[in-house]
Amino acid sequence: MTEGTAEADRRGTPERGPGPLIRPYGDTTGDGMVQVSFTLPVSSVGDAARHAEGAAAQLARKMGIDPPLVAHTQPMGPGFTFFVVYGPVAHLVDTRDVRVVERDYPLLTPTEVNLAIRQGLRRRLVVVGACIGTDAHTVGIDAILNIKGFAGEKGLEYYREIKVVNLGAQVSVPRLVDRAREEEADAVLVSQVVTQREAHLLNTREMSAAFREAYPSDRRPLLVVGGPRFDETAADRLGVDRVFSRGTTPGEVASYLTHRLVGSAA
Amino acid sequence: MTVPPSPLRRGKLDLDPVTVRTARDLARRVGQPVVDLAQRHTTVSVERATLRLAGLEGADPDGTPWVNRLLDACRGDVGLEHGIALPVWDALLRGEAESLAVLAQKASAGSVRFRLPEGGDRDRAHAAARAQVGAGIRRVDARRRERERLVERHGDPDHQPWIYLIVATGDIYEDIPQAQQAAREGADVIAVIRSTGQSLLDYVPEGATREGFAGTYATQENFRLMRAALDESSRELGRYVRLTNYASGLCMPEIAALAGLERLDMMLNDSMYGILFRDINPVRTFVDQRFSRQVHARAGIVINTGEDNYLTTADAVEAAHTVTVSQLLNEYFAKEAGLEDWQLGLGHAFEIDPDLPDSFRMELAHALLARELFPEAPLKWMPPTRHMSGDVFRGYLLDAFFNLAGTLTGQGILLVGMMTEAVVTPWLSDRDLALRSVRYVMNAAGNLHEDFVPAPDGFIVRRARQVLAESVDLLERIAAHESPAGLLDAIADGTFGLMRRPADAGRGLDGVAVRSDAYVNPATEILEEQ
Repeated sequence: MTEGTAEADRRGTPERGPGPLIRPYGDTTGDGMVQVSFTLPVSSVGDAARHAEGAAAQLARKMGIDPPLVAHTQPMGPGFTFFVVYGPVAHLVDTRDVRVVERDYPLLTPTEVNLAIRQGLRRRLVVVGACIGTDAHTVGIDAILNIKGFAGEKGLEYYREIKVVNLGAQVSVPRLVDRAREEEADAVLVSQVVTQREAHLLNTREMSAAFREAYPSDRRPLLVVGGPRFDETAADRLGVDRVFSRGTTPGEVASYLTHRLVGSAA
Repeated sequence: MTVPPSPLRRGKLDLDPVTVRTARDLARRVGQPVVDLAQRHTTVSVERATLRLAGLEGADPDGTPWVNRLLDACRGDVGLEHGIALPVWDALLRGEAESLAVLAQKASAGSVRFRLPEGGDRDRAHAAARAQVGAGIRRVDARRRERERLVERHGDPDHQPWIYLIVATGDIYEDIPQAQQAAREGADVIAVIRSTGQSLLDYVPEGATREGFAGTYATQENFRLMRAALDESSRELGRYVRLTNYASGLCMPEIAALAGLERLDMMLNDSMYGILFRDINPVRTFVDQRFSRQVHARAGIVINTGEDNYLTTADAVEAAHTVTVSQLLNEYFAKEAGLEDWQLGLGHAFEIDPDLPDSFRMELAHALLARELFPEAPLKWMPPTRHMSGDVFRGYLLDAFFNLAGTLTGQGILLVGMMTEAVVTPWLSDRDLALRSVRYVMNAAGNLHEDFVPAPDGFIVRRARQVLAESVDLLERIAAHESPAGLLDAIADGTFGLMRRPADAGRGLDGVAVRSDAYVNPATEILEEQ
């Protein structure tokens, strides 16, 4: 990208709306301003302060922020310094080249979900949910399953036509498979919050492998995994049908399950 | 050790003393059958804690603690229902081994047979067990006196609430410098979060540990290392820095014993948390709970209860009264076990949806209600988690309001909230920024609590009364349950935190036994004598 086209892009924007190439917006179109904060393991006490600021500026330049304004330098104990840096970033975003998982199912209301299941399945849809491995954080699975719900939407327990079996925290994979069989689950929802040492990925792969082993491929329940640190494009790699990331609401999960399990009825 | 009394002396809410008394009476009525139940049962962990108090330490080459090996062998021969003391000390008196450690090794090799002694043998075994367990309890007493001396030497924090900060790297040798740095930056209490999943281990891991998930294992050696490090910090900083860990999960009694032996200062210890949030069997929990609280009482440890957790699953406005009910029950169970008011860090949290109108007013009402219901208790004030999003700037603001509510309502222990809650485990800078917010609010607000007097019959006063009234209603409903232990039914119904937990299910049930007529536990005997 030459300076000329960036200039053209910048000039053209206010009248014609953003072009395909955009920059961060501080207070003027095209100014490219960003703000970052980070800690470096350097001292900034006394005479060391200027050197510490220089170190922060160097990092900012390498990140494409040039010229960097080191707005705040805060010593934290003898060996660490916290910085807040402002500056224009050299990079452009090409909006034609943004890759995300688009929602590939229609969003339904609870009434529509209930109706679709009743007509399409002629029985209640069974969902078994759990946090697997050592993960004790049920906040994710509870947000989706508990009647209380999340983000103003009621959880799946609220849906008359969905039977929810919430196994809670620290469920072993064999127990999850057993319960899924017992309940004749249509879908298994697994939530993973703890991500230390990639625990969420390891657990998910272990879970999907166990279901593949335990079920013939056409009888296997739909496997859905969710958690704040999952990459939504990773479903294939993890061996599951769908990955939901941060901010997913119960309505989205219910709509997806209906779309996949009840088919086009909705 | 004494926690400074609350600065709030006059009732700002003008709570009706009759209603308050009714609430406490109901808590006793609801709790008493559960105490009876606890007195009729024992658990593997209570018996292993007894062995730990008698001085049995260490683990076999596979890492299985000797207390587990000895208990399992003994249980295989004579069952759990008589307790561990009689068969074990009978075996020692019969000359099967010269010490508990050797007995444990021989027992796990299968070369010792245990029996339930009778007559004179029984009396001699009982006396020997009492002497050895008693020596362990005297060690706990000595650690308590040591704490009192150190607090006198270094002093308590000169402000309230005490600032409570969490460290959790998984590696005790990383935790130590982080904890010392946190103390330098103003933390009065350091909590080392346990590895996720430890609550469901039916043994206490051994030694210094360097691997954990989202926390560090609670082990006797980790306790010792961290306490020694914070003793160093206390000398450096001229104030006694307290150490906290978790007496919860399947090994609650053992961890309580280790905490007493290693001079931990506070322990997370809730009467129902394990049942509701870890699906641990209710009977197992209540039995373990009572024993662990007896140990904490003796050790001079301040317990922190976990009511904040209810509000992470249930709505903080609708379920506010379940927090109050749980506080009343925790208070009853704690006092029954011998804990005093200054040891009751009853929990509650700032979890109301910030988008609700008057959310801060309601938070103040709930926090003041707890303050005035339990005027002598050092309340544990927990920061927002449920409504913390990835918006760290909004989170920082919310935490500042939480800090303000804490100082305005005279909370005893303030757990410092992190703006990156729900994003990452706290970074060094997150802790630094969070402590800055606490210091700013405490310094700027000063003694604002003196001027903060809610209008008589105003919103805050009415809201607090409403929550108290709802608490009394709920306690009445629990007390009216058909079965002798209505509380167990209420737990099974999902009354608390919306979690349904039946009394005949859950983890650890196989480690519970009904006590026989021959049951003896010298630790319980000694702890109940005071």
